Amino acid sequence: MLVVEKLRKTFGNHEVLKGVHLTVKKGEVVVIIGPSGSGKTTLLRCLNVLEMPDEGTVTIDGKQLQFANKPSKKEITNFRRLTGMVFQAYNLFPHMTALENVMEGPMTVKRLNKHEAKEKAEQLLAKVGLKDHMHMYPFQLSGGQQQRVGIARALAMEPKVLLFDEPTSALDPELVGDVLKVMKDLANEGMTMVVVTHEMRFAREVANEVIFFDEGMIIERGHPEQLFTHPKHDRTRQFLKRIQ
Amino acid sequence: MLMDPERLDRLMNIAQSSLLPLAKGALLYTIPLAVITFLIGLVIALFTALARLSSIKGLQWTARAYVSAIRGTPLLVQLFIIFYGLPTVGITIDPLPAAIIGFSLNVGAYASEIIRAAILSIPKGQWEAAYSLGMDDVQTLRRIILPQAARVSVPPLSNTFISLVKDTSLASLILVSEMFRKAQEIAATNYEFLLLYTEAALIYWVICFFLSMIQGNVENRLSRYVVR
Repeated sequence: MLVVEKLRKTFGNHEVLKGVHLTVKKGEVVVIIGPSGSGKTTLLRCLNVLEMPDEGTVTIDGKQLQFANKPSKKEITNFRRLTGMVFQAYNLFPHMTALENVMEGPMTVKRLNKHEAKEKAEQLLAKVGLKDHMHMYPFQLSGGQQQRVGIARALAMEPKVLLFDEPTSALDPELVGDVLKVMKDLANEGMTMVVVTHEMRFAREVANEVIFFDEGMIIERGHPEQLFTHPKHDRTRQFLKRIQ
Repeated sequence: MLMDPERLDRLMNIAQSSLLPLAKGALLYTIPLAVITFLIGLVIALFTALARLSSIKGLQWTARAYVSAIRGTPLLVQLFIIFYGLPTVGITIDPLPAAIIGFSLNVGAYASEIIRAAILSIPKGQWEAAYSLGMDDVQTLRRIILPQAARVSVPPLSNTFISLVKDTSLASLILVSEMFRKAQEIAATNYEFLLLYTEAALIYWVICFFLSMIQGNVENRLSRYVVR
């Protein structure tokens, strides 16, 4: 479903991604962990070209972007429609209600009419447990509720792959559970997901594969049980020790 | 004695009889002139702001030069160039269109800076969220960025509009028969300068007072989605 090859990205003279390879099969959940500054968020943001990689390719559902030959804005925009993204800071549109946030993509990008978009948005909001909060503005919702709207908004575009950038890092601890539950449900329904997170329990319970990322490279990858209990590399071991 | 009854009587009469012509000047020229040039100016301002924010050097540079020239020269001089200057190169423009052109260009330059700042004040995450839904730049601006920027720019744009209402008095100097010119014409016949100019001043004040009230309403309406 998702294939990343030789992905490189440099900020100034700091090489953030040093030729990353990654394959995610349809329906798989891949969790990326690693210290801050390791480049894991940059990697995720390169997958939908919010950061422009210098080199390499990303292929999603058979459609490929080659970054060495500078894809056009139009190619990038079309490519982005294959993925959905959930942000650490939610990034909901503050001037729209929860419902309008979820309707926005389908109406503006997919040209759905208002009626169809609304019906779909209502279903999605019900699915993330916010049926009763549809008409509220983001500022009237808790962080956990906002993030669930963010997930519904991303789902509304029917992406092939859903990207999560530390979706629970900005949340109060007691609100994390609701968001993780929605993510778990999605995983169980067969959604292909790439998740950057510090939630090790989520990684353990949901991930098909966990990737330990550091200094712009994949250091180690494996089944969560194996990676968490028998890490092969020292750096992985040190990192896991520090966060537990 | 500062004012004998007879003189008071005369002043009251003039004040009364001049009210209609002044109100006419305000309703037929001052207010329409301000409203029309503000709307045209906003359109110019939006495109100028976008040109300055674009990555195309030529556009950026043109917009910068325009804003610099307008902000660096007096409005009155701009009006004189358009109305008295251009005829010498064969371009003759009537007073009202000349005023509309002059004021629109002027407002466009000032308001473009307001709109540019308002667009820049919207967090980067809003662009990214829109992009991640597959929106292009135009869709993102139209649906996500500008509606939010509009809220931010209401107070400074109101300032510009209120200044504009008062600046229309300069049109009297290029022969537009707006309110202040009416006041000058009436005063020239009866020499009651203090009375007529004070009357004009009061009418400007009333207009601006109502504009401030409208500003408050617009602000409230656009702020329904923020915490208060």
